[in-house]
Amino acid sequence: MSAIAKYFYNIFHSLYTVVVGMKITFPHLFTRSATVQYPTVKMKIPERARNRLYVNIDDCIGCDQCAMACPVDCITIETIKSTPDVDLGLTSKNTKKRLYIPRFDIDIAKCCYCGLCVWPCPTECIVMTDVYEFSEFDRQNLIYSFSNMTEDEVGAATARLKKYEEEQAAKKAAAKATSTPPATGTAVSPLPTPVQKSEPPTK
Amino acid sequence: MEFIQSILANELIVAIILSLLPLFFIIIYALIVLYTEMKVAAHIQDRVAYMRTGWHGVLQPIADMVKLLQKEDIIPAHADKLLFRMAPFIAFIGTYAAYAVLPFSSIYIGSNINVGVFFLVAMGSLVVIGILMAGWASNNKWSLFGGVRSAAQMVSYEIPTALAIIIVVMITGSLNLQEITKFQEGGIGHWIVFGGPLPWNQKLILMPFTFITFLIVFVASIAEVNRTPFDLPEAESELVQGFNTEYSGMRFAMFYLSEYANLFTVSAVVVALFLGGWSSPFGTLMSGPVWGIFWFVLKAYLFVFIQIWIRWTLPRLRVDQLMYVSWKVLTPWLFVCLLAVGFILVN
Repeated sequence: MSAIAKYFYNIFHSLYTVVVGMKITFPHLFTRSATVQYPTVKMKIPERARNRLYVNIDDCIGCDQCAMACPVDCITIETIKSTPDVDLGLTSKNTKKRLYIPRFDIDIAKCCYCGLCVWPCPTECIVMTDVYEFSEFDRQNLIYSFSNMTEDEVGAATARLKKYEEEQAAKKAAAKATSTPPATGTAVSPLPTPVQKSEPPTK
Repeated sequence: MEFIQSILANELIVAIILSLLPLFFIIIYALIVLYTEMKVAAHIQDRVAYMRTGWHGVLQPIADMVKLLQKEDIIPAHADKLLFRMAPFIAFIGTYAAYAVLPFSSIYIGSNINVGVFFLVAMGSLVVIGILMAGWASNNKWSLFGGVRSAAQMVSYEIPTALAIIIVVMITGSLNLQEITKFQEGGIGHWIVFGGPLPWNQKLILMPFTFITFLIVFVASIAEVNRTPFDLPEAESELVQGFNTEYSGMRFAMFYLSEYANLFTVSAVVVALFLGGWSSPFGTLMSGPVWGIFWFVLKAYLFVFIQIWIRWTLPRLRVDQLMYVSWKVLTPWLFVCLLAVGFILVN
């Protein structure tokens, strides 16, 4: 194309492309908008979306597997052993509960929504919900406590365990005193043997 | 005009009222155009824009204005304070002065001077001074770049505008916008864009040239108000906000108002020069002083809409492309049109 032909071609091409562009944008004035009015209208979130964690504390057996699985350590669980004389009931999966759970905290500000805590749970009590609006003005409010035990209950449980342990210790001491032990260190060792210790954990 | 003069005896009061009328018009019009711009922009991008303030957000421009007026007036520490303070007002004066010669209706024109179009071009240059002043006084490299680009752009694009105006003046034989509009009275066929009210044989030969002139003056007018695709002075992606980067509050609002008022001015000039100004497109039907205002504002508003539409369609030009368009395309074509129109009119 000679220079002069290119000059005229460019002019008409630019005018033509402007018209093409304007023809594309004009119909968009009358199409439905792709956005929604967010706080009043919400978009449907995917079925398996991972958002806020929820713990059904009635089903929790305090096994601590979720806390161990958590890559950011945002789950904190404290447990108190129950004594044989109390029955903590069964979970919905018929697992016997043996531990009190005075503390089950999730720092949702740390949570990375990976969902790794959900899969190990033997009773399926920790789940991802579809709630995604939980901003707070104070960071402390983002630490969610799921334990339903009151201070008194925790105190009572601790006291009972202490008392039970004391009783057990006393019983043991009594048993020890009655049966004259042979030379110590051969039969009963308070520490596990080194062989046992180096054993690899079974999966 | 005579009506206002007849009810108010004092000439000074009449002068003040007449000079304030366009200001009210500009403010109301700026609010409407702000709203239109945001809505058109949003809908072209498949969004909905403001929905909360009033019905479909109609009160948002007012809220924006109130917000801007309340804001702190910040002046940078190392800025040239006097020039920095003055710049927005000079830019606005340039814009506002142009309204003096816009023929809104057959009975209303601020000042019926016989060098109307010339005055308009001259006042348009005053805006450049305001923008350059703002860019220079801000003592900020982005502002300076914006100001310099704006000066280069406006000076380049004033030449096609002036040449196009000469072509219209050659056809109508007057520099007065009111006369130019009156020349085109009598329906859509008499508009200069379609050759003007000349005998058929002349008109048909004239039509392509006047139409090209019209297109060129429209392109040049977009460039003169610094809008996309010619928005290099305030190219957000390159220069933050260009010449008004450092401005805030009231002074920023002044620039904003000036920009939107200018948008109307250039559209009104295109309308008055080529599309019959206040004259009705149906000849004598729906014509009269009040219909005149209606037609004038409607036609100008249509052009404002097209400018908004173009803004949200086209990307920005490069600086060298901008200069190419002005000096190598628009100006030579206008010279050709000028010669051709002169030749046709003489014969």
